[in-house]
Amino acid sequence: MLYYVFKKLAQVIPTLLGLSVLIFLMIHLVPGDPAEMMLGERANEQSLKELRHQLGLDLPLYVQYGRFIGRLVQGDLGRALRTNEKITTEIKEHFPATVELSLVAIVFAIVFGMLAGIVSATRQYSLFDYGSMVLSLIGVSMPIFWLGLVLMIIFSVKLGWLPLSGRLSYDIVLEPITHLYLVDSILQGNWAAFKDALHHLIMPAFTLSTIPMAIIARMTRSSMLEVLRQDYIRTAKAKGLSPRIVHYKHALKNALIPVVTIIGLQFSILLGGAILTETIFAWPGIGSWLLHSVYARDFNAVQGGTMIIAIVFVLINLLVDITYAWINPRIKV
Amino acid sequence: MFKKILLIAMAVLMAMAGSAFAAPKKGGTIVMGRGADSPGLDPAYETDGNSFMVCDNIYDALVGFKEESTDLKPGLAESWDISPDGKTYTFHLRKGVKFHDGTDFNADAVVFSHGRQLKDKSGCKFFKKTWAWPKGAPAPEYWLSMDMDNLIESITATNEYTVVYKLKKPEAPFIANMAMDFADIASPTAVLKYGPDYITHPVGTGPFKFVKWMKNDRIILERNDAYWDGAPYLDRVIFRVIPDNSVRFLELKQGNIHICQYPNPEDLELAEADPNLTVITQPGMNVGYLSFNHTKPLWQDKRVRRAIAYAVNKPAIVDNIYYGMGIPAKNTIPPNLWSYNDDIVDYEYNIEKGKALLKEAGFFEKLKAAGQDKITLWCMPVARPYNPSGMKVGEALQADLKKLGIDVELVTMEWGTYLKKQRKQDPSMDLFQLGWTGDNGDPDNFLAVLLDGLADPNVRTQFKDEEYHKLMVQGREVTDKAKRTEIYRRAQQIIHDEVAMINMAHSIVAQPQSKRVQDFKLHPTTSIYFHRVWLK
Repeated sequence: MLYYVFKKLAQVIPTLLGLSVLIFLMIHLVPGDPAEMMLGERANEQSLKELRHQLGLDLPLYVQYGRFIGRLVQGDLGRALRTNEKITTEIKEHFPATVELSLVAIVFAIVFGMLAGIVSATRQYSLFDYGSMVLSLIGVSMPIFWLGLVLMIIFSVKLGWLPLSGRLSYDIVLEPITHLYLVDSILQGNWAAFKDALHHLIMPAFTLSTIPMAIIARMTRSSMLEVLRQDYIRTAKAKGLSPRIVHYKHALKNALIPVVTIIGLQFSILLGGAILTETIFAWPGIGSWLLHSVYARDFNAVQGGTMIIAIVFVLINLLVDITYAWINPRIKV
Repeated sequence: MFKKILLIAMAVLMAMAGSAFAAPKKGGTIVMGRGADSPGLDPAYETDGNSFMVCDNIYDALVGFKEESTDLKPGLAESWDISPDGKTYTFHLRKGVKFHDGTDFNADAVVFSHGRQLKDKSGCKFFKKTWAWPKGAPAPEYWLSMDMDNLIESITATNEYTVVYKLKKPEAPFIANMAMDFADIASPTAVLKYGPDYITHPVGTGPFKFVKWMKNDRIILERNDAYWDGAPYLDRVIFRVIPDNSVRFLELKQGNIHICQYPNPEDLELAEADPNLTVITQPGMNVGYLSFNHTKPLWQDKRVRRAIAYAVNKPAIVDNIYYGMGIPAKNTIPPNLWSYNDDIVDYEYNIEKGKALLKEAGFFEKLKAAGQDKITLWCMPVARPYNPSGMKVGEALQADLKKLGIDVELVTMEWGTYLKKQRKQDPSMDLFQLGWTGDNGDPDNFLAVLLDGLADPNVRTQFKDEEYHKLMVQGREVTDKAKRTEIYRRAQQIIHDEVAMINMAHSIVAQPQSKRVQDFKLHPTTSIYFHRVWLK
């Protein structure tokens, strides 16, 4: 197992190197001079020259890349051009918001998605099956910003049950420690803040969970159906085991393997920052941060932020691979 | 009976008087909803309106802007003298003012705040305490773009409360620059204590103190009870980030925020219909314009330029493309700027006059001789307050010019390239759209920057006119405002007569807010001041 983990880890390094080249080139080869865009209508030859020099844009590309990668291995992403704040600090402040939102969303998605998938599979062609599959189709195809607004109008404006947007009400005071507000409020024993933060989480997390939920439901269903047709399930049934034991003990574990992959993939997509959900719900996460940086032509922040997201993506996939090997020992070769 | 009526009448009168002249109430928290967070809170290094609106409440500058105008008033300087040659400015500072960190505001703090932005620090002299200059500071972009390094020779604190600025050349707009955000005075102790992190730990002398910043979420300020111009009424001011325009407006309707910046135009009607909301407006300090490639012989004939001016249907463009968020412009400077020349009568929409002028000038023959069968019109690829859609405006202009018999090809490209090629007056460019947002409320900041092509090859419209250039130079040398007003009124007349460019529109800032918000005034510079604001 340890050898397997080590082997997978070794594969990560060239992947990340390739990614860094790709991200760097994508940002530096697109047409348009960042200095010209930053100065806008005010640009003149002299100020442009000074700004380019200050940003290191007058250096050859390979020198710029060398600097970028040199700093990256030391864990330094430089400073954001827009805010002049350390990019690592900005990520530390914004990433937890995305993590908190994504975790709750993925839990929603797993619980409801898997449940729907399992029940649909065990009762194939029942009313429940049709109903949940139609719902999941809607879930995949519904525009997020529209769903978010509809939920807001129902649950905040009409019913007044949940707050509209943001992470905390303006009269709630919370000292950020981890920047995961649920954790921070528990650490400080601030139950009013905990309740407020939880209330603020429900709608965006649900909105964010619809797509992964639908995908997980469909995947669980088809994977379950496939397993249920296997010989060993028939044997188990013939042995006289109760359907419950056959379904949950024998079928589910084997059906889970592709589902775990999907969950891992979906979760890493969520962690990349849900730009739409974060924008609609004024959620100060990494997605909206990255979006602002793109608007401001802050190539340092975009470069650093994308690299961090890519690293998280790769690491989660690594984790999925390891989980895989743990669920199914046959893979460990 | 009569007595009863009299009593009722008196009661009604008193109630009316009560609402109209209600005394400001102390206390409360105001929440302002805006689209994006502040990049930073050190005014010397910011360039963004979202940063300045917070800085406006934390800091003061030597000079301030009056309510709803760009006229100047004393700020941290009680008064100032200008030498007859216009090159020496002496500021007499207010005494007994303290920064939020408890340190004293004095002449040395002024030398420090401005000196740290000055390239050649040898021109800075402190009076009592010599501060070290912060290391590794970024480029002060605004300072550079206002060309302050080529303007200031020295900044000297001659005693505890007097600062003298010596300029390299006479420059009347200098005093207006001193009211801008980059000229705010920061606490030297705090700047040196926090170093690069000062951007998140701002300390000024303003009406509100900085409390806390939750990035991309909110910035919290609280009342400065010791404010030199009288303590503000509000306990707290919160700037909340709500990126989506519709959601921000919903939050306002729900009463969770009090002011909603930049709503969707269609939500303004809803706001006006809402009994709890009101909409306030102010013309923006900007101009969107259409101009000519003055370097091409084709456009050097005044009659041709005038013909184009007659063919542009400004009211239709503003109505249909600005969605009521703009007004047609007849001058380059907006109407709320001093020296605005209201006597000018704009060219009316008149195709026949346009056609006649083109014929007289032999435009089509010249076009043919230049090897062209159509002209190009460059359209900005980005939305700006002064021009929400370059392409849509372009299509409207294309249809207008077609009526003159001119075929127009619309050209657009990526923004950075657009700006660069436009600045170099690309030979393939005939007409172009662009605009300008003013910095300091001085007419020079529009008229010289945009149109004095003889002064600088970087000027966007390479309009070259001897008289205009002389006026611009004069406008900087003379410090008397009445004289300067005359100069700039004349300059606007020249722009009109010569059709140096076609002024298209000024944007209108419309802001829905809760009726509880009292005495909030929008400022032409888009500054946001909460000092005198209170909540009912």
